[in-house]
Amino acid sequence: MTRDELSTIAWNGIWKQNTSLAQVLGLCPLLAVTTNAVNGIMLSLATILVMALSNVAVASLRNFIPHEIRIPVFILIVAALVTVVDLLFNANLHQLYLVLGIFIPLIVTNCIVLARVEAFAAKNPPLQSTFDGIFMGVGMLWTLALLGGLRELLGNGTLFGGIDMVFPSLQPIQLLPADYPGFLLGLLPPGAFILLGCLIAWKNWLDARAAARARRQPPAPAAALGCH
Amino acid sequence: MSEARAFSAPGMALRTAAILFLFVIIFTALLSGAYQWSKEAIEASALEEKTKLLGDVLPVDAYDNDLIRDAVTLPPTPELGLKEASTLYRARKAGTPAALVFEAVAPDGYAGRIRLLIAVRADGSLAGVRVTQHKETPGLGDYIEPKKDRNKEHPWIGQFVGRSLANTPDKGWRVRKDGGEIDYHAGATVTPRAVAKAVHKAVRWADRENARLFAMENAK
Repeated sequence: MTRDELSTIAWNGIWKQNTSLAQVLGLCPLLAVTTNAVNGIMLSLATILVMALSNVAVASLRNFIPHEIRIPVFILIVAALVTVVDLLFNANLHQLYLVLGIFIPLIVTNCIVLARVEAFAAKNPPLQSTFDGIFMGVGMLWTLALLGGLRELLGNGTLFGGIDMVFPSLQPIQLLPADYPGFLLGLLPPGAFILLGCLIAWKNWLDARAAARARRQPPAPAAALGCH
Repeated sequence: MSEARAFSAPGMALRTAAILFLFVIIFTALLSGAYQWSKEAIEASALEEKTKLLGDVLPVDAYDNDLIRDAVTLPPTPELGLKEASTLYRARKAGTPAALVFEAVAPDGYAGRIRLLIAVRADGSLAGVRVTQHKETPGLGDYIEPKKDRNKEHPWIGQFVGRSLANTPDKGWRVRKDGGEIDYHAGATVTPRAVAKAVHKAVRWADRENARLFAMENAK
């Protein structure tokens, strides 16, 4: 795998095809879980693990899967892997399981896993597919962390609420005064939809601005860079 | 000729079916392997969690029997809001009844049923209450769970400890807004109202059934 390939995969996952902001996939867990930043980060970490595993499994087996039955086979692979991850976490990393555990079954409802398996892993070698899974998950991670952080700030005036369940020594940060009454809409699903809409608009605005700037500037400097 | 047969519809169908079957066999084997391998560890940690939860509602020095094994199965009990069978644990100290630990459900939470684990001492006073399952609004009604309660020193659920029918009149088992003694957080009254009502009903039930429950045959 070349460096170029890796950076394309990373850029696609983190920004260009961001699961939540560009593909707008997997909204069910997104809305349900992002009532604070910590939950969003934890769900994303569990998703990164499952996406990397299912992508590498499908990419390795892709030459043995007939095109006609690929979807049932993909579902079989993803479901089996999620269950195995769930069991292994429960058995070996029980403390982490108590924190992440409720999110692992939620991943099954996340169509992004199947989407990446079908769109990427079924056509690419295992190594690239692993990175695709990881970076798609990283894109989801920062989006969900941002969305969760905004929602709890609006709703509760805190940041990283629930962090003491992951790291008992840490405390949530109270950003707004303690007598902040709380803005309930931020914590309810409609608030998540509204904020997600704002984030998508922000991304589209940045992309449009970058595109306009690229059009205005002559392509010469880029070409010159390529020569050296 | 043979090539034509390889691409015939029934042949194709058989081939894909065989491949799908093979995948099913492989991944089912993987699943059952993982299940067998992790079974013991998962059972052990489930037991540990149960012990910890019981320890949350009833201090371990309150009893000296094997609490988890001294259990009876309760039929569906409307007084506890339970539509299904549940398990009741009996704590004894030096052979005499010490406390009952059982589940109850508050059916009228803001977002459906709230499951509770309640420990009532033999003298009728509450040893502890914990919410085990609920769907109340995150950040608003979920302070009934001590983990989510922002007041870590005196979590809301702690105010039930020590209450009994003797020291709290029937009217007292309501939130302050309704003229009772139970505190609540402004903006979320439905949740504490539901919990307080269910706890009150459970205490009355335990008071009435105490003797019968301790005399019941052990289930295991």
